[in-house]
Amino acid sequence: MRKILVGIKRVVDYNVRVRVKPDGSGVVTDGVKMSVNPFDEIALEEALRIRERGEAAEVVAVSIGPDDAQQQLRTALAMGADRAILVKTDAALEPLAAAKAFLAVISKENPDLVIVGKQAIDDDAAQTGPMIAALWDRPQATFASKVEIKGTTATIVREVDAGLETIEVDLPAVISADLRLNEPRYVKLPDIMKAKKKPLDVIDLASLGVSAEAGLKCVLVEPPKPRAKGIMVKDVAELVDALKKKGLV
Amino acid sequence: MSKILVIAEHDGTKLSQATARCVTCASQVPGAEVTVAVFAADPAAVAAQAAALNGVAAVVTVAAGHNAHALAATLAPQVVKLAAGYSHVFGPSTSFGKDLMPRVAALLGVPQISDAMSVEGTHRFKRPTYAGNAIVTLEAPADRTVVATVRTASFEAATAGGNAPISAASVEATLPTHTRFVSISAPQATDRPDLSSAAKVVSGGRALASKENFALIFSLAGKIGGAVGASRAAVDAGYASNELQVGQTGKIIAPELYIAVGISGAIQHLTGIKDAKTIVAINKDPEAPIFEVSDLGLVGDLFQVLPEMEKLLG
Ligand SMILES: Cc1cc2nc3c(=O)[nH]c(=O)nc-3n(C[C@H](O)[C@H](O)[C@H](O)COP(=O)(O)OP(=O)(O)OC[C@H]3O[C@@H](n4cnc5c(N)ncnc54)[C@H](O)[C@@H]3O)c2cc1C
Repeated sequence: MRKILVGIKRVVDYNVRVRVKPDGSGVVTDGVKMSVNPFDEIALEEALRIRERGEAAEVVAVSIGPDDAQQQLRTALAMGADRAILVKTDAALEPLAAAKAFLAVISKENPDLVIVGKQAIDDDAAQTGPMIAALWDRPQATFASKVEIKGTTATIVREVDAGLETIEVDLPAVISADLRLNEPRYVKLPDIMKAKKKPLDVIDLASLGVSAEAGLKCVLVEPPKPRAKGIMVKDVAELVDALKKKGLV
Repeated sequence: MSKILVIAEHDGTKLSQATARCVTCASQVPGAEVTVAVFAADPAAVAAQAAALNGVAAVVTVAAGHNAHALAATLAPQVVKLAAGYSHVFGPSTSFGKDLMPRVAALLGVPQISDAMSVEGTHRFKRPTYAGNAIVTLEAPADRTVVATVRTASFEAATAGGNAPISAASVEATLPTHTRFVSISAPQATDRPDLSSAAKVVSGGRALASKENFALIFSLAGKIGGAVGASRAAVDAGYASNELQVGQTGKIIAPELYIAVGISGAIQHLTGIKDAKTIVAINKDPEAPIFEVSDLGLVGDLFQVLPEMEKLLG
């Protein structure tokens, strides 16, 4: 195949303990470490492996987000993407709008495969992959833990609640990456230097004719209710006793 | 009135408990009239189970060979056709619902509410974000279909006792042929309870250190009649199979009792167990974050604690 597009979202790093703003308008992101969504790294790694097996010619990283998302696209380029596209918007796009923006890029780039993460760890919505596939009217293979390309089809093993499901899809298709699809490579310093010279195009969301307006109104953001403080028991006997008293064993 | 269509999750013979929980969420929407839709090759058995749930007003079945396996690309156009006349379309936030519902929402051209955890009004719902560290209240537009997945751990399963009428629908939709089911490999059926719905769960983490040692977790679970869970680290290392993973990217569960053995308590793990009634933590590190959420904590070496526990449980 010629081309794979990979979605790269800029998110709060997974090690950050996220705090809700006191006014309930959102979470604190100022001065917080931002990273590539971990599932998108897995998506990119898979695309790179497909290219390295000689089954694809080009891997293009696509981010939809603020100007700063160029940092995450540079990381993607350092990992090995050939070029990158930023669809710039300062709005926090809903998955449906992100999927529409992605579709606009798809219609320009005509990829044979789109790989995204199964969810972004900020809003945890897990919608964008299937929504792209729906708007594109193409197959979706969500929660992929194994991908095999066979000419114009792909066979995908999916992590479903019951176990592992295998499906076959015609290309082009959308795949969403689960945790066990692969282990993303580490970026080496020379790769970071090389990535600086790779092409990164910035296009404005508005120029794609996609509205950034949210369909859902965010009424309030609040911290979760804390659990009541528990107790420490001194030994196994005390633990078993406590469980028996609660009628749990 | 809120006319709510709940898309049933099933394996061809059995309605999932997640669907029964989804029905409970749907019933809580003000003015709810809940219809369960069963797409299957032969929907009779599943439809009967759905009709027996309290809170279900009607069941519609769509019987077709192409519905033998739940493929989102095949189901979504049919759901969209069936959704005409409904104000809400709900599915459980399981791998089935997470695959299907966003495809439905996009075809309808509406935003989706993922993982609804409480109903605040006909169009207003709460949902967790950032691995449960921020709870967002969202309001969906009043003039559009509300598409949502339901965080099943937040709702009790609807009980049996109802007797809703079942009718067959025929749905005219152009179906794609670009997506084909090949096979599913489910783990060997056991008499152990299912992780998603079990009242008691014993989970093991990286500390188990091998697949062989993980038998200790199975043994304790067997002793108390519980299901087995695992942290991502334990699954990644191959000590436990992937469908046992609990957490942000595994299963979100709400058992009466959750025993975490040799699990540190990363936020991604904790988000999967926050709704457990009683959390027990066994960890040799007194500083482990799991103790911040546990109701009963024991500092100790699991390789001594577990055998002793089994002995005391008799
Ligand atoms: C995008 C993303 C998604 C993720 N999703 C999930 C998810 O869904 N579920 C999940 O679980 N994780 C998830 N993780 C991983 C998570 O961040 C942690 O890495 C993982 O939960 C750690 O597993 P653990 O607690 O078993 O291992 P560790 O963190 O290594 O903890 C092992 C614990 O065992 C204790 N211990 C060691 N030896 C003994 C002994 N002999 N007796 C008693 N205690 C002992 C140690 O003190 C330690 O606390 C995710 C991570 C990312 C980035």
